Amino acid sequence: MPSHTRIAVFGGVYNNYLALEAALRDARSRGVDAVYCLGDLGAFGPHPDRVFPLLRDHGVLCIQGNYDNSIGEGLADCQCGYTDPRDNYFAHISYEYTFNHTSLANRLWMKELPQQRRIELGRYRLLLCHGSPRKMNEFLWESTCPTHFLDHLATTHNADVILTTHTGVKWQRRLSHDRHFVNVGVLGRPENDGRTNVGYAILTANPNFEVEFIPVEYDYRRLAAEMREERLPLEFVETVMTGWWTTCLEILPSKERRRGRY
Amino acid sequence: MAIPLPILDEPAPSIALSHLDDLWFQVAGTLCNLTCRHCFISCSPHNHSFGFLSLDAVRRVLDESVQLGVKEYYFTGGEPFLNRDMTDILERTLLFGPATVLTNGTVFKVEWLERLARAEAASPYSLEFRVSIDGYTAEANDAVRGPGTFDRALRGVRQLAAHGFLPILTVARTDDDQNDTALFAGFVDLLRANGCDRPRVKILPTLRMGAEEDRQRGYRDEERITPEMMEEYDPDRLICSHSRIVSDHGVHVCPILIEAPDARLGAALAKSLGVYPLRHRACFTCYQYGALCANPSEGRRDA
Repeated sequence: MPSHTRIAVFGGVYNNYLALEAALRDARSRGVDAVYCLGDLGAFGPHPDRVFPLLRDHGVLCIQGNYDNSIGEGLADCQCGYTDPRDNYFAHISYEYTFNHTSLANRLWMKELPQQRRIELGRYRLLLCHGSPRKMNEFLWESTCPTHFLDHLATTHNADVILTTHTGVKWQRRLSHDRHFVNVGVLGRPENDGRTNVGYAILTANPNFEVEFIPVEYDYRRLAAEMREERLPLEFVETVMTGWWTTCLEILPSKERRRGRY
Repeated sequence: MAIPLPILDEPAPSIALSHLDDLWFQVAGTLCNLTCRHCFISCSPHNHSFGFLSLDAVRRVLDESVQLGVKEYYFTGGEPFLNRDMTDILERTLLFGPATVLTNGTVFKVEWLERLARAEAASPYSLEFRVSIDGYTAEANDAVRGPGTFDRALRGVRQLAAHGFLPILTVARTDDDQNDTALFAGFVDLLRANGCDRPRVKILPTLRMGAEEDRQRGYRDEERITPEMMEEYDPDRLICSHSRIVSDHGVHVCPILIEAPDARLGAALAKSLGVYPLRHRACFTCYQYGALCANPSEGRRDA
């Protein structure tokens, strides 16, 4: 099992190769032992194939997200499970675009990614997953996860630290017996807080477990311009330009929903 | 009086509880100020088959739920806010985890909503109000839920919005031919016109039992779950794979089957976590639609 003392972890790249470049540069400057990605390489943004060379050149260790699983397996949708017709409309556009612009080689590469990884960070056993240790597409929101439930997950999955990304909003909770739950956030789009930056996490065992959420500034205007050129929905462009989510809102619990504009 | 439910005499697939994610409380029993024509447990002002749960009863179960690692707490009835302990119960629950209350929205008091807004603000967890309205016009809604209920429920929606809540309109598809896209659009417009700038809608199928059996129709003979149907099917979609409900009669397998004698699994939660055979025709609706009762934030549960 790989063992480290300081790592960078991100997820939800959503085709945002510009933010990925900026985050990788930032992480290297902070002296990390390794860089991990918790999946969802595609969706939302432009030019899916520009993400993969960056991941490979920087030796990023990836796991599979639901998007990668869908694209890799050639499924009909992203497995987010929306019921609102408006959310499904936009999810479909995003999925079709990403699928049609991802090379066969990259699709096959995603298909082979592991769904979880276990690593050591100092004395802590880390479980890296996309949605939850139970299910790749499970939503674990800060306002719907009691601490005793997260303790249960940590116990049944033999982990001191559980890392996820799926919901797209960073958060962390300290659990019993010096165990921890962390959603590391996403690089692909802002987290519905009215800011244009995205983010990732630096995790350290020094010797105690510490999380630092790192905001990443990148050329979001260029990303927005490329999304317009690719005729991606203007609603997506608005999110990049304003930091507010405009689609796929039905899955937010009320506390998280209230923080956004829509 | 319990309504006899059809139990199939053929082999039925059994479902194990994978984990108790959703813990429900039949907090108002079968007592409701309304008498909706599609109610699957025929709640009314006079249906005393199930009674209220007290704050103490809920508190004991909440304490037990910690050890079991429960994820979300749901409250239903009847109309939960007929239970005079309801505000206390929700305040208490928000110390443990997220709470969702299924209400008809017609009996709120400002004082309760003020207390609940404060309780949610002080909690790390969400408090969700699922308000039942079954048509986006008074004509469509009142035909099912009773005269005047459309206006009264919308008043409740406006009260919730005024207190900072984001109600989830919970809509039963009372006409088999209704188009979900049109339904969604109609309810989104209705919510926006009533103070909700973040409209949230959940559409559900009706359950063809109780009052609904008389209003429309009961289950047909072929509407059942056979062992073959479970091949290639993710059992996690079924409510009984991740839920239980506590009533004043004990612990039942799911919120839909509380009247079925075989669905009462025991007196205590810890003794009610075993497997359950899908013998009821209502299980067919759950099979078809999955995650019938949970909030959209829980996702659809199919892999």
